[in-house]
Amino acid sequence: MTTTTEVLWTLKVVYTIYAFSIISLIAWFAYRVTKQPNSYKTWLTPKVFYTYLAILVMVGVGIHILTYNKIPWVAWELKKHKIQPDRVIEVQIKDHQFILPEETPIKINCGEVVMFNVKSADLTYGFGLFRQDNTMVFQMQVVPGYDNELLWQFFEEGTFYVLSTEYSGPKGARMKVPDAFQVVNCEEKVSKGREK
Amino acid sequence: MSIKELLINGHEGGLDHTGLSPLQKITLRFVVVGLIFYGVAAVEGMIMRAHEVKPIPLLSDEHFFAIMTAHPIVGIFGSTYLLVFGAFTFLVPYLMKKPLFSIKLANFTWIIMSVGTVLVWLSGFIFHYAPLYTIYWPLPVDFEQFSIAGAVMFVLGVAFIMIGTLGFIFNTYATVFYTPKGQKKQPIKPLLMSAFGIDGFLNLINKIRGKEPYVKEPPLSLPLVAIFRGTVDTFLDALVILTAGLLILFFIFNEVFQLGLHYHSVDALLYKNIFWWGLDLIADGLVLIYVAGTWYLLAMLITGRNLFMQNIARAALLLELIVSWAVWSHHLLSDQPQPEIMKLASGEMITAFELITQGLAFFITLTTLWLARPLKMTNELKFLLGGLLGFALAVPAGIIQADLGMNRLLHNTQWVAGAHFHVAILVGLTMTLYSAIYILFPILTNKSVKLYSQRLANWHFWLHLIGGIGMGAFMGMAGIDGMLRRHIYTEGEYMLYMIPAGIFGAMLLLAWVIFMFNIIATIGLKGLIGIFKPSEIEKEVIVPETATAVQKG
Repeated sequence: MTTTTEVLWTLKVVYTIYAFSIISLIAWFAYRVTKQPNSYKTWLTPKVFYTYLAILVMVGVGIHILTYNKIPWVAWELKKHKIQPDRVIEVQIKDHQFILPEETPIKINCGEVVMFNVKSADLTYGFGLFRQDNTMVFQMQVVPGYDNELLWQFFEEGTFYVLSTEYSGPKGARMKVPDAFQVVNCEEKVSKGREK
Repeated sequence: MSIKELLINGHEGGLDHTGLSPLQKITLRFVVVGLIFYGVAAVEGMIMRAHEVKPIPLLSDEHFFAIMTAHPIVGIFGSTYLLVFGAFTFLVPYLMKKPLFSIKLANFTWIIMSVGTVLVWLSGFIFHYAPLYTIYWPLPVDFEQFSIAGAVMFVLGVAFIMIGTLGFIFNTYATVFYTPKGQKKQPIKPLLMSAFGIDGFLNLINKIRGKEPYVKEPPLSLPLVAIFRGTVDTFLDALVILTAGLLILFFIFNEVFQLGLHYHSVDALLYKNIFWWGLDLIADGLVLIYVAGTWYLLAMLITGRNLFMQNIARAALLLELIVSWAVWSHHLLSDQPQPEIMKLASGEMITAFELITQGLAFFITLTTLWLARPLKMTNELKFLLGGLLGFALAVPAGIIQADLGMNRLLHNTQWVAGAHFHVAILVGLTMTLYSAIYILFPILTNKSVKLYSQRLANWHFWLHLIGGIGMGAFMGMAGIDGMLRRHIYTEGEYMLYMIPAGIFGAMLLLAWVIFMFNIIATIGLKGLIGIFKPSEIEKEVIVPETATAVQKG
């Protein structure tokens, strides 16, 4: 199963390649635009323009089709009303404090389908799970007055901490629950991140 | 000549401000104040960068977030808005060859916007009022964390900025549509058709059907269409922000007079939707459209030729009108109660059209330049290329985070702040504005000054370009590794990224110092002060005789 670490690593590689490519293209353009052309006959025709337009459309739409097919939590998100979770974990937030339903670390079995339902009694907060090396597992916004439900299935063993991923005033600057959740009974441990 | 004399009198006598028209002076006032606010925002940014490397002992959490609140408002409204409004206040009459509707209103605009920006800054500095620019409900009225005085000052400041914005919009529209004395009255319908890009769209349809073009010479030039179009979004955005301000003001009264209304009587999700609908018009409507218009103008001025695929460019601006009104949901992809259909349609699919509209502007501008080879690598050309590069990097980064799967991992991380909007604003937008400054400089100063140092201009260019991209890149990588954008890290968690981000940020600040020195050395402090003195030339004059030659050329 694809993990968030793998997705983010792919993003880092793909975007770095893209960034260097586009920088090189502009650098080449800047050099060549000052030179006298050998011929004024150009390949930049409307046909080329419309092909470029079609590529933009394909890339713009294609990225969402790709992630839907390759990233599992997109389907979890879109089908969450149809999926029966194995377990619901209710979390309350009030006065810049997370209130978890049981003693931490809360144990979660590998592969278990967990529905996190986070409710805020006052402000807008965030609810994010992080690995010990500070990389993110997932996050969501916590809007007051609503059930903020997120479906997740863990396939990596480890202990994760919770951080508020949304600013809720200076008092919320350090909202953290260390070692909040522990995922057990996986064959692999968290492997891609940096160990602290 | 000593440095002191140079700075006071300027290079080769500096700017002769007595020859400037009221419009030229007002434009330069917008630019000067906008550049000063840019410096303030850059210093604020550096304080935050330093704090993320190692917490500064004297900087409390309250003050840190007060800086984080003021920083985008000073940077966007104080700097970018003033620079853009100044340029367009000049360009609309200049390109339409008719006087600005009201010089007094233009003067009022930059003054009230500057006062508003200072008030917002003071609300943070004095009262530590820090709901951030997002003002997610009910944080701005959380009076257990913030003082009422701070909230009043903040709301007043933002209201002043928005009133100034409305003043600019009125002046722009009035200038487009009014008929000056002695000129032939233009019918409104073709002007409106042109202003929205509808004539370009009809031209395309007629071409497909094999008919004659709807209009051969559209009444408004393409940059004016972009200005007009962007201004529609600016107007709607100002209305939404003013309404949010009124709501906060109402709850301030509620608190002071103990009316007993609970802040939960306002639906936080509905508020967030409406607020982002308006606020996103700045980013996706205003910035992208204004920038596209400025690229088109710069490409035409640099090459002296018409734009490649001009009708498509006009029609794309019309498309962007619809797109910019329907993309706000990409800010709510991580809000679980937000309906999925809105996340998919508005947040993902319609947002993807921004890649297309901005990609078109990118292609059209580059092709227009390419077809005019060989071009001299002037300051305006190199900064324009820097601006194009900035958006080529930042827009795809934005499209990536506007995806359900990726947003789960990138929302509110340094990726959004670094790779996306800092690269978009600092490299894309600001370098485009520097290009506009360089190209308009001779026109605005009647060619009375010569740039003090081309070498310093080159240093400014490279430091800004490398600093902007470098800072964005390292912030972006920190974001990929989980670093949040609105959080204080005290244990050196992301030191590996924050130190280089700080160094590149310092390059940006140094670039601004070099630019300001070069400009002041060019025009002199006497010339600079002279800009703020009343003009002795008739207010109907756009540019005096000497500059008219440049305009005709």
